[in-house]
Amino acid sequence: MTEKKFLIFTGLIIGVISVALTVYGNPANMGFCIACFIRDTAGSLKLHSAPIVQYMRPEIIGLVLGAALSALIRREFTPKGGSSPLLRFVIGFFVMLGALVFLGCPFRMILRLAGGDLNALTAVIGFIAGIGAGVFFLKRGFSLNRAYPQSKVEGLAFSILQIVFLIVFAAVPTLLVFSTSGPGSMHAPFLLSLAAGLVVGFFAQKSRLCMAGGIRDLFLFKDITLLSGFVAIFVAALIANLAVGQFHLSFEGQPVAHTQHLWNFLGMSVVGFGSVLLGGCPLRQLILSGEGNTDSAMTILGFAAGAAFAHNFSLASSGAGATTGGKISVIVALVILTLIAFFGTFKKGENK
Amino acid sequence: MIEINACGLSCPEPVVMLAKALKDKPEEAVICVDAPAACENCTRFATNAGYSVEKTTQDNKTVLTCRIKR
Repeated sequence: MTEKKFLIFTGLIIGVISVALTVYGNPANMGFCIACFIRDTAGSLKLHSAPIVQYMRPEIIGLVLGAALSALIRREFTPKGGSSPLLRFVIGFFVMLGALVFLGCPFRMILRLAGGDLNALTAVIGFIAGIGAGVFFLKRGFSLNRAYPQSKVEGLAFSILQIVFLIVFAAVPTLLVFSTSGPGSMHAPFLLSLAAGLVVGFFAQKSRLCMAGGIRDLFLFKDITLLSGFVAIFVAALIANLAVGQFHLSFEGQPVAHTQHLWNFLGMSVVGFGSVLLGGCPLRQLILSGEGNTDSAMTILGFAAGAAFAHNFSLASSGAGATTGGKISVIVALVILTLIAFFGTFKKGENK
Repeated sequence: MIEINACGLSCPEPVVMLAKALKDKPEEAVICVDAPAACENCTRFATNAGYSVEKTTQDNKTVLTCRIKR
Protein backbone atom coordinates (compact mmCIF):
# COMPACT_ATOMS: atom_id res chain seq x y z
CA MET A 1 0.00 0.00 0.00
CA THR A 2 1.40 3.43 -0.85
CA GLU A 3 1.96 6.03 1.86
CA LYS A 4 -1.03 8.06 0.80
CA LYS A 5 -3.35 5.06 0.60
CA PHE A 6 -2.27 3.92 4.04
CA LEU A 7 -2.84 7.41 5.43
CA ILE A 8 -6.34 7.50 3.95
CA PHE A 9 -7.01 4.01 5.35
CA THR A 10 -5.76 5.16 8.78
CA GLY A 11 -7.82 8.35 8.62
CA LEU A 12 -10.97 6.38 7.76
CA ILE A 13 -10.44 3.95 10.66
CA ILE A 14 -9.76 6.81 13.08
CA GLY A 15 -12.84 8.73 11.95
CA VAL A 16 -15.10 5.73 12.56
CA ILE A 17 -13.49 4.85 15.92
CA SER A 18 -13.88 8.48 17.04
CA VAL A 19 -17.61 8.48 16.40
CA ALA A 20 -17.97 5.02 17.97
CA LEU A 21 -16.41 6.34 21.19
CA THR A 22 -19.02 9.10 21.39
CA VAL A 23 -21.79 6.53 20.82
CA TYR A 24 -20.40 4.53 23.75
CA GLY A 25 -20.20 7.45 26.14
CA ASN A 26 -17.54 10.04 25.29
CA PRO A 27 -18.75 13.67 25.14
CA ALA A 28 -20.27 14.70 21.80
CA ASN A 29 -17.78 15.43 19.01
CA MET A 30 -15.08 14.28 21.42
CA GLY A 31 -14.24 10.74 20.37
CA PHE A 32 -10.72 12.01 20.64
CA CYS A 33 -9.38 15.34 21.82
CA ILE A 34 -5.74 15.30 22.80
CA ALA A 35 -5.98 18.67 24.57
CA CYS A 36 -9.19 17.86 26.45
CA PHE A 37 -8.01 14.37 27.39
CA ILE A 38 -4.65 15.54 28.74
CA ARG A 39 -6.58 18.22 30.63
CA ASP A 40 -8.95 15.59 32.06
CA THR A 41 -5.99 13.39 33.03
CA ALA A 42 -4.28 16.37 34.71
CA GLY A 43 -7.51 16.90 36.63
CA SER A 44 -7.74 13.28 37.76
CA LEU A 45 -4.16 13.65 39.08
CA LYS A 46 -5.30 16.75 41.02
CA LEU A 47 -3.05 19.08 39.04
CA HIS A 48 -6.20 21.20 38.76
CA SER A 49 -9.51 20.86 40.54
CA ALA A 50 -12.15 21.89 38.00
CA PRO A 51 -14.79 19.33 39.08
CA ILE A 52 -16.32 18.73 35.64
CA VAL A 53 -13.12 17.84 33.76
CA GLN A 54 -11.34 15.18 35.83
CA TYR A 55 -10.88 11.70 34.39
CA MET A 56 -7.83 9.67 33.54
CA ARG A 57 -8.49 9.12 29.83
CA PRO A 58 -7.40 5.61 28.78
CA GLU A 59 -7.26 6.87 25.17
CA ILE A 60 -4.10 8.86 25.96
CA ILE A 61 -2.44 5.86 27.62
CA GLY A 62 -3.42 3.72 24.63
CA LEU A 63 -2.13 6.22 22.07
CA VAL A 64 1.35 6.32 23.60
CA LEU A 65 1.55 2.56 24.17
CA GLY A 66 0.08 1.75 20.73
CA ALA A 67 2.71 3.96 19.12
CA ALA A 68 5.46 2.41 21.25
CA LEU A 69 4.33 -1.08 20.26
CA SER A 70 4.25 -0.19 16.57
CA ALA A 71 7.67 1.48 16.79
CA LEU A 72 9.18 -1.54 18.57
CA ILE A 73 7.72 -4.01 16.05
CA ARG A 74 8.88 -1.90 13.11
CA ARG A 75 12.33 -1.31 14.66
CA GLU A 76 11.68 2.41 14.71
CA PHE A 77 11.98 2.85 18.47
CA THR A 78 14.81 5.38 18.76
CA PRO A 79 15.39 7.09 22.12
CA LYS A 80 16.50 10.65 21.47
CA GLY A 81 16.16 14.14 22.86
CA GLY A 82 17.90 17.35 23.73
CA SER A 83 16.40 19.56 21.03
CA SER A 84 15.48 22.61 23.15
CA PRO A 85 13.44 20.63 25.71
CA LEU A 86 12.53 23.65 27.85
CA LEU A 87 11.41 25.70 24.84
CA ARG A 88 9.32 22.74 23.73
CA PHE A 89 7.76 22.61 27.20
CA VAL A 90 6.92 26.33 26.92
CA ILE A 91 5.49 25.98 23.40
CA GLY A 92 3.45 22.98 24.58
CA PHE A 93 2.17 25.02 27.51
CA PHE A 94 0.91 27.81 25.25
CA VAL A 95 -0.48 25.44 22.61
CA MET A 96 -2.63 23.96 25.38
CA LEU A 97 -3.87 27.41 26.43
CA GLY A 98 -4.84 28.15 22.81
CA ALA A 99 -6.59 24.78 22.46
CA LEU A 100 -8.59 25.30 25.66
CA VAL A 101 -9.74 28.75 24.53
CA PHE A 102 -11.13 27.12 21.37
CA LEU A 103 -12.11 23.95 23.30
CA GLY A 104 -10.30 21.35 21.28
CA CYS A 105 -7.06 20.26 19.65
CA PRO A 106 -6.78 20.00 15.84
CA PHE A 107 -8.07 16.42 16.06
CA ARG A 108 -11.27 17.52 17.84
CA MET A 109 -11.54 20.49 15.49
CA ILE A 110 -12.02 18.02 12.61
CA LEU A 111 -14.43 15.92 14.68
CA ARG A 112 -16.44 19.04 15.61
CA LEU A 113 -16.65 19.98 11.96
CA ALA A 114 -17.74 16.44 11.08
CA GLY A 115 -20.49 16.76 13.70
CA GLY A 116 -21.81 19.93 12.03
CA ASP A 117 -20.29 22.39 14.52
CA LEU A 118 -19.70 25.41 12.28
CA ASN A 119 -17.67 27.19 14.98
CA ALA A 120 -14.88 24.80 14.04
CA LEU A 121 -14.79 26.46 10.60
CA THR A 122 -13.43 29.72 11.98
CA ALA A 123 -11.04 27.61 14.02
CA VAL A 124 -9.82 25.84 10.86
CA ILE A 125 -9.11 29.22 9.28
CA GLY A 126 -7.23 30.28 12.43
CA PHE A 127 -5.33 26.98 12.42
CA ILE A 128 -4.29 27.54 8.79
CA ALA A 129 -3.22 31.12 9.59
CA GLY A 130 -1.13 29.88 12.53
CA ILE A 131 0.49 27.23 10.35
CA GLY A 132 1.19 29.93 7.76
CA ALA A 133 3.02 31.95 10.42
CA GLY A 134 5.06 28.89 11.40
CA VAL A 135 5.90 28.15 7.76
CA PHE A 136 7.10 31.75 7.33
CA PHE A 137 9.79 31.09 9.94
CA LEU A 138 10.52 27.52 8.78
CA LYS A 139 11.29 28.76 5.28
CA ARG A 140 13.78 31.19 6.78
CA GLY A 141 15.54 28.46 8.70
CA PHE A 142 13.69 28.12 12.02
CA SER A 143 15.07 25.30 14.14
CA LEU A 144 14.88 24.10 17.73
CA ASN A 145 18.27 22.50 17.07
CA ARG A 146 19.28 18.87 17.00
CA ALA A 147 18.22 15.98 19.17
CA TYR A 148 20.80 13.34 20.10
CA PRO A 149 20.58 9.62 20.87
CA GLN A 150 19.66 8.78 24.46
CA SER A 151 19.48 5.64 26.58
CA LYS A 152 16.69 3.08 26.20
CA VAL A 153 15.56 3.82 29.77
CA GLU A 154 15.09 7.50 28.95
CA GLY A 155 13.28 6.68 25.70
CA LEU A 156 10.96 4.23 27.45
CA ALA A 157 10.30 6.38 30.54
CA PHE A 158 7.21 8.09 29.18
CA SER A 159 5.67 4.80 28.03
CA ILE A 160 6.44 3.28 31.45
CA LEU A 161 4.66 6.23 33.07
CA GLN A 162 1.59 5.33 30.99
CA ILE A 163 1.78 1.73 32.23
CA VAL A 164 1.94 3.06 35.81
CA PHE A 165 -1.17 5.18 35.11
CA LEU A 166 -2.88 2.09 33.72
CA ILE A 167 -2.06 0.05 36.82
CA VAL A 168 -3.20 2.83 39.17
CA PHE A 169 -6.44 3.24 37.20
CA ALA A 170 -7.15 -0.51 37.29
CA ALA A 171 -5.91 -1.34 40.81
CA VAL A 172 -6.31 1.75 43.00
CA PRO A 173 -8.66 4.16 41.22
CA THR A 174 -9.44 5.79 44.59
CA LEU A 175 -6.10 7.61 44.30
CA LEU A 176 -7.53 9.49 41.32
CA VAL A 177 -10.35 11.99 41.03
CA PHE A 178 -13.24 11.27 38.66
CA SER A 179 -15.85 13.86 37.68
CA THR A 180 -19.41 13.00 38.59
CA SER A 181 -20.92 15.57 36.21
CA GLY A 182 -19.89 17.44 33.06
CA PRO A 183 -17.66 16.25 30.20
CA GLY A 184 -15.25 14.52 32.59
CA SER A 185 -18.02 12.18 33.73
CA MET A 186 -18.84 11.17 30.15
CA HIS A 187 -16.69 8.38 28.84
CA ALA A 188 -16.78 5.16 26.92
CA PRO A 189 -16.06 1.95 28.92
CA PHE A 190 -12.45 1.73 30.12
CA LEU A 191 -11.39 -1.21 27.94
CA LEU A 192 -13.02 0.24 24.83
CA SER A 193 -11.27 3.60 25.33
CA LEU A 194 -7.95 1.87 25.93
CA ALA A 195 -8.35 -0.36 22.87
CA ALA A 196 -9.33 2.62 20.71
CA GLY A 197 -6.22 4.48 21.85
CA LEU A 198 -4.01 1.47 21.16
CA VAL A 199 -5.37 0.97 17.64
CA VAL A 200 -5.21 4.65 16.72
CA GLY A 201 -1.72 4.99 18.23
CA PHE A 202 -0.53 1.93 16.32
CA PHE A 203 -1.80 3.14 12.95
CA ALA A 204 -0.86 6.77 13.52
CA GLN A 205 2.74 5.72 14.22
CA LYS A 206 3.02 3.74 11.02
CA SER A 207 1.26 6.34 8.86
CA ARG A 208 2.95 9.46 10.44
CA LEU A 209 -0.50 11.05 10.59
CA CYS A 210 -0.30 14.69 11.65
CA MET A 211 -3.06 17.28 11.64
CA ALA A 212 -0.68 20.26 11.35
CA GLY A 213 1.75 18.55 8.98
CA GLY A 214 -0.83 18.18 6.21
CA ILE A 215 -1.52 21.88 5.87
CA ARG A 216 2.15 22.72 6.49
CA ASP A 217 3.34 20.45 3.66
CA LEU A 218 0.73 21.95 1.36
CA PHE A 219 2.16 25.42 2.09
CA LEU A 220 5.78 24.31 1.90
CA PHE A 221 5.90 21.77 -0.91
CA LYS A 222 2.41 21.67 -2.45
CA ASP A 223 2.31 18.08 -1.17
CA ILE A 224 -1.05 16.67 -0.11
CA THR A 225 0.09 13.29 1.26
CA LEU A 226 -0.31 14.10 4.97
CA LEU A 227 -3.40 16.20 4.30
CA SER A 228 -5.14 13.14 2.87
CA GLY A 229 -5.22 11.55 6.36
CA PHE A 230 -6.75 14.68 7.84
CA VAL A 231 -9.44 14.76 5.14
CA ALA A 232 -10.13 11.03 5.52
CA ILE A 233 -10.84 11.44 9.26
CA PHE A 234 -13.31 14.20 8.41
CA VAL A 235 -15.09 12.20 5.71
CA ALA A 236 -15.34 9.01 7.80
CA ALA A 237 -16.51 10.85 10.93
CA LEU A 238 -19.03 12.85 8.90
CA ILE A 239 -20.55 9.71 7.35
CA ALA A 240 -20.55 7.90 10.72
CA ASN A 241 -22.19 10.89 12.45
CA LEU A 242 -24.87 11.05 9.74
CA ALA A 243 -25.44 7.29 10.10
CA VAL A 244 -25.99 7.44 13.87
CA GLY A 245 -27.94 10.71 13.81
CA GLN A 246 -25.25 12.80 15.51
CA PHE A 247 -24.87 15.42 12.79
CA HIS A 248 -26.33 18.81 13.77
CA LEU A 249 -25.40 21.70 11.50
CA SER A 250 -25.29 25.00 13.42
CA PHE A 251 -23.22 27.59 15.22
CA GLU A 252 -25.46 27.73 18.30
CA GLY A 253 -26.00 25.01 20.88
CA GLN A 254 -23.02 22.83 19.98
CA PRO A 255 -21.63 20.55 22.69
CA VAL A 256 -18.52 21.73 24.58
CA ALA A 257 -18.16 24.72 22.23
CA HIS A 258 -18.77 28.46 22.12
CA THR A 259 -19.62 30.90 19.34
CA GLN A 260 -17.01 33.63 19.87
CA HIS A 261 -15.47 33.45 16.43
CA LEU A 262 -12.54 35.77 17.10
CA TRP A 263 -11.37 33.64 20.04
CA ASN A 264 -11.96 30.37 18.20
CA PHE A 265 -9.85 31.79 15.39
CA LEU A 266 -7.06 33.12 17.62
CA GLY A 267 -7.06 30.08 19.92
CA MET A 268 -6.48 27.72 17.01
CA SER A 269 -3.94 30.03 15.38
CA VAL A 270 -1.86 29.60 18.54
CA VAL A 271 -2.21 25.82 18.16
CA GLY A 272 -1.29 25.91 14.45
CA PHE A 273 1.70 28.17 14.98
CA GLY A 274 2.97 26.21 17.98
CA SER A 275 2.44 22.85 16.28
CA VAL A 276 4.59 23.87 13.32
CA LEU A 277 7.36 25.08 15.65
CA LEU A 278 7.16 21.76 17.51
CA GLY A 279 7.21 19.76 14.29
CA GLY A 280 3.80 18.19 14.81
CA CYS A 281 0.31 18.49 16.26
CA PRO A 282 -0.56 17.30 19.80
CA LEU A 283 -1.51 13.82 18.52
CA ARG A 284 1.82 13.51 16.73
CA GLN A 285 3.66 14.52 19.94
CA LEU A 286 1.99 11.61 21.77
CA ILE A 287 2.99 9.23 18.98
CA LEU A 288 6.59 10.50 18.93
CA SER A 289 6.82 10.14 22.72
CA GLY A 290 5.94 6.45 22.24
CA GLU A 291 8.72 6.17 19.64
CA GLY A 292 11.20 7.26 22.32
CA ASN A 293 11.34 10.97 21.54
CA THR A 294 11.83 12.59 24.97
CA ASP A 295 11.51 16.11 23.52
CA SER A 296 7.93 15.20 22.62
CA ALA A 297 7.46 13.81 26.14
CA MET A 298 8.61 17.19 27.50
CA THR A 299 6.11 18.87 25.17
CA ILE A 300 3.32 16.69 26.60
CA LEU A 301 4.37 17.66 30.14
CA GLY A 302 4.07 21.26 28.89
CA PHE A 303 0.54 20.44 27.64
CA ALA A 304 -0.35 19.05 31.08
CA ALA A 305 1.09 22.09 32.88
CA GLY A 306 -0.77 24.40 30.49
CA ALA A 307 -4.02 22.52 31.12
CA ALA A 308 -3.55 22.77 34.90
CA PHE A 309 -2.87 26.52 34.68
CA ALA A 310 -5.81 26.98 32.32
CA HIS A 311 -8.22 25.60 34.91
CA ASN A 312 -6.51 26.89 38.05
CA PHE A 313 -6.57 30.45 36.71
CA SER A 314 -9.83 30.39 34.69
CA LEU A 315 -8.13 30.66 31.31
CA ALA A 316 -10.12 27.83 29.68
CA SER A 317 -13.32 28.70 27.84
CA SER A 318 -16.71 27.23 28.63
CA GLY A 319 -19.90 26.96 26.61
CA ALA A 320 -20.49 30.62 27.55
CA GLY A 321 -17.33 31.70 25.75
CA ALA A 322 -13.75 32.73 26.38
CA THR A 323 -12.81 34.24 29.74
CA THR A 324 -10.93 37.53 30.12
CA GLY A 325 -7.89 35.59 31.35
CA GLY A 326 -8.22 33.23 28.38
CA LYS A 327 -8.27 36.12 25.92
CA ILE A 328 -5.17 37.66 27.51
CA SER A 329 -3.41 34.29 27.53
CA VAL A 330 -4.02 33.80 23.80
CA ILE A 331 -2.47 37.19 23.03
CA VAL A 332 0.47 36.43 25.33
CA ALA A 333 0.84 33.04 23.63
CA LEU A 334 1.01 34.63 20.17
CA VAL A 335 3.68 37.08 21.38
CA ILE A 336 5.76 34.35 23.08
CA LEU A 337 5.53 32.00 20.09
CA THR A 338 6.56 34.82 17.75
CA LEU A 339 9.56 35.59 19.95
CA ILE A 340 10.60 31.92 20.09
CA ALA A 341 10.19 31.65 16.32
CA PHE A 342 12.14 34.87 15.74
CA PHE A 343 15.06 33.88 17.94
CA GLY A 344 15.02 30.31 16.59
CA THR A 345 15.25 31.67 13.05
CA PHE A 346 17.47 34.73 13.14
CA LYS A 347 19.45 34.53 16.37
CA LYS A 348 20.10 30.84 16.84
CA GLY A 349 23.31 29.52 18.33
CA GLU A 350 25.89 27.42 16.55
CA ASN A 351 24.45 24.10 17.66
CA LYS A 352 24.12 22.95 14.05
CA MET B 1 28.23 17.21 -4.59
CA ILE B 2 25.95 18.62 -1.91
CA GLU B 3 26.02 16.91 1.49
CA ILE B 4 23.44 17.64 4.20
CA ASN B 5 23.45 16.37 7.75
CA ALA B 6 19.85 16.46 8.96
CA CYS B 7 20.26 13.98 11.82
CA GLY B 8 18.40 14.93 14.99
CA LEU B 9 16.37 17.66 13.33
CA SER B 10 12.61 17.47 13.73
CA CYS B 11 10.02 17.51 10.98
CA PRO B 12 10.01 19.17 8.47
CA GLU B 13 13.49 20.69 8.76
CA PRO B 14 15.24 17.87 6.86
CA VAL B 15 12.88 18.26 3.88
CA VAL B 16 13.19 22.05 3.97
CA MET B 17 16.99 21.67 3.80
CA LEU B 18 16.74 19.16 0.96
CA ALA B 19 14.27 21.38 -0.91
CA LYS B 20 16.70 24.29 -0.71
CA ALA B 21 19.56 22.08 -1.90
CA LEU B 22 17.62 20.72 -4.88
CA LYS B 23 16.31 24.12 -5.96
CA ASP B 24 19.14 24.69 -8.44
CA LYS B 25 18.82 21.16 -9.80
CA PRO B 26 22.25 19.78 -8.82
CA GLU B 27 23.32 16.45 -10.37
CA GLU B 28 23.55 14.81 -6.96
CA ALA B 29 22.74 15.55 -3.33
CA VAL B 30 23.30 13.38 -0.26
CA ILE B 31 21.26 13.80 2.92
CA CYS B 32 21.69 11.93 6.20
CA VAL B 33 18.56 11.51 8.35
CA ASP B 34 17.79 9.53 11.51
CA ALA B 35 13.98 9.68 11.71
CA PRO B 36 11.78 7.37 9.65
CA ALA B 37 9.33 10.20 8.93
CA ALA B 38 12.17 12.41 7.66
CA CYS B 39 13.42 9.56 5.49
CA GLU B 40 10.00 9.07 3.88
CA ASN B 41 9.39 12.81 3.46
CA CYS B 42 12.78 13.40 1.84
CA THR B 43 12.38 10.41 -0.47
CA ARG B 44 8.95 11.63 -1.53
CA PHE B 45 10.17 15.17 -2.09
CA ALA B 46 13.21 14.15 -4.12
CA THR B 47 11.19 11.71 -6.24
CA ASN B 48 8.59 14.38 -6.98
CA ALA B 49 11.41 16.79 -7.87
CA GLY B 50 12.68 14.38 -10.53
CA TYR B 51 15.43 12.57 -8.64
CA SER B 52 16.15 8.89 -8.13
CA VAL B 53 16.79 8.03 -4.49
CA GLU B 54 19.16 5.36 -3.20
CA LYS B 55 19.01 4.44 0.50
CA THR B 56 21.67 2.99 2.76
CA THR B 57 20.89 2.46 6.43
CA GLN B 58 23.35 1.93 9.25
CA ASP B 59 22.79 2.28 13.03
CA ASN B 60 19.42 4.09 12.78
CA LYS B 61 20.90 6.56 10.30
CA THR B 62 19.84 6.57 6.68
CA VAL B 63 21.84 8.16 3.90
CA LEU B 64 19.74 9.14 0.91
CA THR B 65 21.60 9.71 -2.31
CA CYS B 66 19.50 11.74 -4.74
CA ARG B 67 20.54 11.72 -8.40
CA ILE B 68 18.80 13.73 -11.09
CA LYS B 69 16.88 11.57 -13.56
CA ARG B 70 17.91 11.93 -17.17
